[in-house]
Amino acid sequence: MGGHLNINHLMFLGQGALWTIGLSVIALIGGGIVGFVIALARISPLKSVRLASATYVQLVQGTPLLVILFLGYFGLAAIGLKVSPLTAASASLTLYVAAYLGEIWRGCIQSVPKPQWEAAEGLALSRTQRMSKVILPQAIRIATPPTVGFMVQIIKNTSLASVVGFVELMRSGQIVNNSLFEPFAIYAIIAVTYFAMCYPLSLFSQRLERRMGRGRSNLAPA
Amino acid sequence: MHQNAPSSEPIVSLRDVQKSFGPLRVLDGVSFAVQRGEVLALIGRSGSGKSTALRCIDRFEKVDGGEIVVCGHRVDRPDVDLRALRQDVGIVFQSYNLFPHLTIEQNITLAPCAVKGIATAQARDLARKVLAQVGLEEKLHAYPEQLSGGQQQRAAIARSLAMQPKVMLFDEVTSALDPELTAEVLKVIEQLAADGMTMVMVTHEMGFAKGIADRIVFMHRGKVHETGPASILTSPTTPELTQFVGTGNLKS
Amino acid sequence: MSLQLDFPAVLERWPSFLAGAVLTLELAAFATVLGALLGTLAAVGRGTHNALIAGASKAYVETIRNTPLLVQIFLVYFGLASLGLKFSAFAVAVAALTINVGAYTAEIMRAGFEAIPRGQIEAAEGLALSRLQIYWHIILLPAVEKVYPALTSQFVLLMLASSVCSQISAEELTAVANYIQSDTYRAFETYIIVAVLYVILSLVMRAGFWGLGLVLFPRRRRLGTPL
Ligand SMILES: Nc1ncnc2c1ncn2[C@@H]1O[C@H](COP(=O)(O)OP(=O)(O)OP(=O)(O)O)[C@@H](O)[C@H]1O
Ligand SMILES: [Mg+2]
Repeated sequence: MGGHLNINHLMFLGQGALWTIGLSVIALIGGGIVGFVIALARISPLKSVRLASATYVQLVQGTPLLVILFLGYFGLAAIGLKVSPLTAASASLTLYVAAYLGEIWRGCIQSVPKPQWEAAEGLALSRTQRMSKVILPQAIRIATPPTVGFMVQIIKNTSLASVVGFVELMRSGQIVNNSLFEPFAIYAIIAVTYFAMCYPLSLFSQRLERRMGRGRSNLAPA
Repeated sequence: MHQNAPSSEPIVSLRDVQKSFGPLRVLDGVSFAVQRGEVLALIGRSGSGKSTALRCIDRFEKVDGGEIVVCGHRVDRPDVDLRALRQDVGIVFQSYNLFPHLTIEQNITLAPCAVKGIATAQARDLARKVLAQVGLEEKLHAYPEQLSGGQQQRAAIARSLAMQPKVMLFDEVTSALDPELTAEVLKVIEQLAADGMTMVMVTHEMGFAKGIADRIVFMHRGKVHETGPASILTSPTTPELTQFVGTGNLKS
Repeated sequence: MSLQLDFPAVLERWPSFLAGAVLTLELAAFATVLGALLGTLAAVGRGTHNALIAGASKAYVETIRNTPLLVQIFLVYFGLASLGLKFSAFAVAVAALTINVGAYTAEIMRAGFEAIPRGQIEAAEGLALSRLQIYWHIILLPAVEKVYPALTSQFVLLMLASSVCSQISAEELTAVANYIQSDTYRAFETYIIVAVLYVILSLVMRAGFWGLGLVLFPRRRRLGTPL
């Protein structure tokens, strides 16, 4: 490489962008599964389960994602657990996303109107049946807009995986920059690419939100 | 009238006022005048243009044509000094519109301090005085949400009074209230009338209008359809007013 | 696998951790104050009838909210450099964080402004308050009171996100951790300690904002209900 931005550079950036999407999907699925468990644990009838899940959420939401990533990569390596950047990034993002999605979803489950819970109880359904047949189907509707909104946060947050050497969009930009040294132009291209991935999701989330007639603003970690 | 002709310049006068919202002609040549100390009741069916007429007086709506003079301000002109106009005019809305983040005292002192530059201590005395006028001294430090609807409306009246307006406008100030709460607000307005306050009020309380108003303006389809002393409510001359007072609007 | 943790070896570097934590708080404080101002201006701009100002505000908010902070920081860093301007890493970090949190603040404040009923403004106009007085007393102050919880959560998230400034070698808490771990070869202990410090910082910030809320909003203190 060297000299001017050429097709090879762009191909390389494109590949990085694909990895950004890949890592985002992994984080969404992993974080979604763990987050669902967290959401249920947060409203569990068992006090100890509620306490443990609340502590987990508080700890993760009080720690920067970057530190969680360092912990997962350098920290685990230092105590003899060597993992690849992809594994470290996937695991860290999963734990991180789970804490936020768990809280969002708990809010959605609890915002299913009270009479619905009472009606479900009145039908003599078991707790599991009440959840799966009555509450969750309604909660999913409520949860869709904020979840789509949070996917934007996930995509943006995967950029931090570059710091532990995972070659996604951000990291591939840095690598291209190392040979061209045109930082401003290259990071501008990177920014535009992220925008192209995130903005449609943002719009979609806003549309969904408007359709549901509830304007909740998404809190967003950077 | 002929006794003191020189000082009989009306406080509020509308002449041939026109106002449309898009294609909808809401005021179609409305004229009336209010003398100092007079109480004028605007009545009429829903949608007849009462609120619009009232809001034009305080220039919450701009008129399309005609002339409005309020306390010497040419309200129909684009260069009217709005803030001077609104120091002379007090307006009270159906939905109270107290400021929820401020105590009743702060609601009342805000404008005198900010607009007239009155000292805080003096403004507080003023707040106490106007609250006493509406019978709410003990609510000085309460927040609006801690008050009943009737109390909130009385506080809103006190807030307007604190600006010492020359004329007060009321737009159906009791129609969001229960009968008992309505009565306590109407009592306050009656007292104001007895004290000589000039007032224009839109009301659906026909019994009240009959008791307090010096003059009635009955609006129908954007026009002043019939006007006269309160007695026109019991002996209307037009079929529309006859029908209006006959449909249960006239409470004993 | 030998799992031998040695926290004391890392903890003896506590003065560095402390300095990093202080710098993190300073970064967050500067960016919070400046970002709150910037965001409020953008929210006001978004609501004006001037299409140019409204469009520019929207473009700013959407651009920032749909790109990663890390990219924004590099763009500010290299952008200033390419203009031949030399600033300290701290100044660059404050600038980037301000621009970032300003966009989120703008969205929150916009929601707050939109929640002010039209009748409030008419009542204030009827009392002869000037436009500026109405903006301050009837729109801005109650709007801030309404969205205060969302705003302060955003500011705590900003403090945590400031860890990214380690990438342009601002000497904040995460940067301190990076060099301590490379010094001591005790990455696990170092990052655990730093994670705990961040949790403490966010608890401290939350407590601080809660107290500030009591001072700023006497209505909330007395009634305990949201506005
Ligand atoms: N801002 C506006 N834009 C469009 N139309 C309006 C507006 N304000 C009022 N109107 C219309 O003008 C007409 C007269 O309204 P106005 O509020 O003056 O009636 P009103 O006599 O006060 O009725 P009510 O007794 O129901 O309060 C109505 O048809 C109303 O729908
Ligand atoms: Mg009306």
